[in-house]
Amino acid sequence: MADLRSSIAGITAPNPFWLASAPPTDKAYNVRRAFQAGWGGVVWKTLGEDPAVVNVSSRYGALLDANRQLLGFNNIELITDRPLDLNLQEITEVKRDWPDRALVVSLMARMEEAAWVGLVKRIEETGADGVELNLGCPHGMCERGMGSAIGQVPELVEQVTRWVKGATRMPVIVKLTPNITNILWSAEAAKRGGANAVSLINTINSIATVDLDLMAPTPTVDGKGTHGGYCGPAVKPIALNMVAEIGRNHVTADVPLSGIGGIGNWRDAAEFLALGAVNVQVCTAAMVHGFRIVGPMIDGLSQWMDDKGYRRLDDFIGAALGNVVDWNSLNMNFSAKAVIDQDLCIDCGRCHIACEDTSHQAIRVVAEGGKRRFEVIDQECVGCNLCFHVCPVPRCITMRSEDNGLPAMTWTQDPRNPLRAASA
Amino acid sequence: MNAVAHQSAPQSLNADLTPPLSALQAMVESARCLYCFEPACVSACPTGIDIPGFIRRIADGNVAGAGRTILSENILGGTCARVCPTEILCQQACVRNTGEERPVAIGRLQRFATDALMGKGGHPFIRAAESGKAVAIVGAGPAGLACAHRLSLLGHRVDIFEARPKPGGLSEYGLAAYKMADDFAQRETSFILALGGIAVHYGRTLGETLDLDALSADYNAVFLAVGLGNPRPLGIAGDDLAGVEDALAFIEKIRQGVAAPILGRVIVIGGGNTAVDAAIQALCLGAGEVVMAYRRGAAQMGATAWEQQLALTRGVIIKPWLAPKRIVGEDGRVEAVQFERTILADGVFLSTGEVIEVPADLVLTAIGQGLRADDLAGLAIDGGRIVVDNRYQTGRPGVFAGGDCIKSGLDLTVQAVEDGKRAAQAIDRFIRN
Ligand SMILES: Cc1cc2nc3c(=O)[nH]c(=O)nc-3n(C[C@H](O)[C@H](O)[C@H](O)COP(=O)(O)OP(=O)(O)OC[C@H]3O[C@@H](n4cnc5c(N)ncnc54)[C@H](O)[C@@H]3O)c2cc1C
Ligand SMILES: Cc1cc2nc3c(=O)[nH]c(=O)nc-3n(C[C@H](O)[C@H](O)[C@H](O)COP(=O)(O)O)c2cc1C
Ligand code: SF4
Ligand code: SF4
Ligand code: SF4
Repeated sequence: MADLRSSIAGITAPNPFWLASAPPTDKAYNVRRAFQAGWGGVVWKTLGEDPAVVNVSSRYGALLDANRQLLGFNNIELITDRPLDLNLQEITEVKRDWPDRALVVSLMARMEEAAWVGLVKRIEETGADGVELNLGCPHGMCERGMGSAIGQVPELVEQVTRWVKGATRMPVIVKLTPNITNILWSAEAAKRGGANAVSLINTINSIATVDLDLMAPTPTVDGKGTHGGYCGPAVKPIALNMVAEIGRNHVTADVPLSGIGGIGNWRDAAEFLALGAVNVQVCTAAMVHGFRIVGPMIDGLSQWMDDKGYRRLDDFIGAALGNVVDWNSLNMNFSAKAVIDQDLCIDCGRCHIACEDTSHQAIRVVAEGGKRRFEVIDQECVGCNLCFHVCPVPRCITMRSEDNGLPAMTWTQDPRNPLRAASA
Repeated sequence: MNAVAHQSAPQSLNADLTPPLSALQAMVESARCLYCFEPACVSACPTGIDIPGFIRRIADGNVAGAGRTILSENILGGTCARVCPTEILCQQACVRNTGEERPVAIGRLQRFATDALMGKGGHPFIRAAESGKAVAIVGAGPAGLACAHRLSLLGHRVDIFEARPKPGGLSEYGLAAYKMADDFAQRETSFILALGGIAVHYGRTLGETLDLDALSADYNAVFLAVGLGNPRPLGIAGDDLAGVEDALAFIEKIRQGVAAPILGRVIVIGGGNTAVDAAIQALCLGAGEVVMAYRRGAAQMGATAWEQQLALTRGVIIKPWLAPKRIVGEDGRVEAVQFERTILADGVFLSTGEVIEVPADLVLTAIGQGLRADDLAGLAIDGGRIVVDNRYQTGRPGVFAGGDCIKSGLDLTVQAVEDGKRAAQAIDRFIRN
């Protein structure tokens, strides 16, 4: 059995699956149920100064597939709408009852040192394991100068981090917003401010859908809507890229990182860890399935690690990072060709029409005794993978790397590159 | 989505054999369609409905568009969705059979879409400008109605002459009651006629109150869609006893709501879908025991494997390898049928000479229908069907024919619709020349 114990900035947990700061971690009732279900840690729903905020009615929007499976999720909720004292008291009790689980508290305040320091001091008294600075909420709170209004300005990220670091002995995790042009600027700012770790991504500015009867964005509040924060499976690729960017940037490479965004199963989590995250945080999957979803996540990760011979998380954390390179470092001489397993093919024709209309006219249809046979024309196939992705049958189309005998050659070395002389 | 699985209670005459899909079922089932490129399911539909196209529209939430897509190729798509033997047509060809052994439920999705479109009221198509031409159609069954609709769409005026008091042909008088629940044949006909440009004249019979010469003279073209009106006689001793009845006449009474309850034992002679329909409906009417006797094996039956299965699950006793020899009775009433046992030896069907007597209170004969040729004086007939060329034209210029009365494919509603549609296109070319 693989050892799933994990640790970030000195905060330990029995497994790397944490619940992200959000409705699932809003109060003791939920968090206790989450710990019972097996979650390794939680980041408590973001606290702010009293008086507590007030939420609107109608809060969520969603992007669904044809089977109403949720692909993306969008919300216009604010931070906790419960009194600060009540939250702090519950945090104290839960931490006392669950000493082996990670309990980190998220907070947010105006761009004033006293506000941040005041909150952090109160949180420290609960015995919580650490704090996470919410510099990412992209709706509502930013209109009041908080959340992403701070997170989008690297100087402010650095300043807030420094204030909080100066006021507490607790580890400080800075949660970054993806609503920026370059994630490295805010990640580097967090490091300069003294952050012990960063977590990302917070939600992405979005309009989930437009209600074509009301002619208003969803969620709709009395006929009007506002942009919200997007999360769920659809944002995972965006998050993975930002995680990799931070991991392969020499300035931020040593900053411990908590991966967030679209994690719904063990494989998603393993992918974040492979790109250098040391643990993961989950929100949407728990909101869709309930806390029990952590069971298959833990079991799947453990099974995969056993199959691969990884005994602990460190054995593969960051293992894929070295293979994330700039386009200019790719081998121009590498060549792959699509291969169709005729025994698995069910004759749907999707590979053909996709390649024919939008790729390289490399799959021909051969009539064969009343049936059709789909054949790859090797000379035309550029190895784009389109057919491989549109084929409905698992493993029916595979991509075979060609042994063309050519040496590895990057674009900077490629004679076809008009700027080669200049860059050489 | 196998209809046989739906039913736990005995079949009732007026309840749908296969219930309509709920919105949830339609969502899940439409998402199973792979939107294949030029798929086999379309080639396997005699009317060539754009199946991936209509299913995609259902998945997109455009159910009316799905219905229009279906009806643009098959104006009787609502009936076909209910009665097509999809197990030997579109669904048999669906790629989801390979690997998953479960095709997309194309027929049921087709019903979902056509029901929704018809439920909106109105008519989805608009006639082209009046051509000034008029066509006479004989017979208001599926072939006649499909031809009329297409001709009217193309701008021609149509008069349909129908012998019976109601339109629909076998959709109204022949298809099993539980396949056409809620008076569907009449609802669909009204929907088709709502296009306009079509008048139906009832009680007008070719060969009696109408003649072909006059029709040819009065109209730019004539389309014959008379179906197969003559029950084929059994031709054995005792077939004139009371209690021996043609299965189609029996079904017709059921469909028109005038069938008497059945007490006692029933034998249905025949192995086609008509025999299956008659047998199941006899059970619905209260028969104590229904035996379907066929002179060859299950593999040779005209009824599809699915229909045979349906009969078995509804309680019909299927007895293959029994050739009827004599019907015996007392006081002019049937009491039993005597069969000879048959076998298949070296590819030849032989009688073993063994005689088996099966008691019966009612005997229904379902051994096929023939053309009522006397109505059609002057037209060439071959193999019991009107002879047409590849443009549906008979030997008489300007006289076309289609549906069951010609030999075009399987004797199915969907084939009759395709014949009607293609004949309309041929007639359009003929009268515009
Ligand atoms: C019992 C039974 C069950 C069936 N079940 C199925 C099934 O489940 N699925 C399926 O796809 N198919 C089924 N069929 C076959 C299907 O009903 C026919 O293929 C289809 O109805 C043929 O259409 P048609 O228009 O050619 O002929 P018909 O439906 O027979 O219509 C012919 C019309 O012409 C009229 N007519 C006839 N002679 C004259 C005349 N001289 N003058 C004026 N009018 C005339 C008739 O009254 C009738 O209205 C079944 C058939 C039977 C008998
Ligand atoms: C393979 C691929 C290549 C693309 N290349 C370009 C490009 O060269 N320039 C550009 O402006 N957008 C490019 N796009 C983006 C598309 O124009 C489009 O903005 C994007 O795919 C989002 O639209 P869609 O998801 O609705 O298709 C590309 C998209 C794809 C999938
Ligand atoms: S990999 Fe791309 S180019 Fe090659 S056959 Fe597939 S779709 Fe066509
Ligand atoms: S997409 Fe896959 S299953 Fe479909 S025709 Fe191509 S190879 Fe066959
Ligand atoms: S073959 Fe099946 S999956 Fe493919 S288009 Fe037809 S119904 Fe859809």
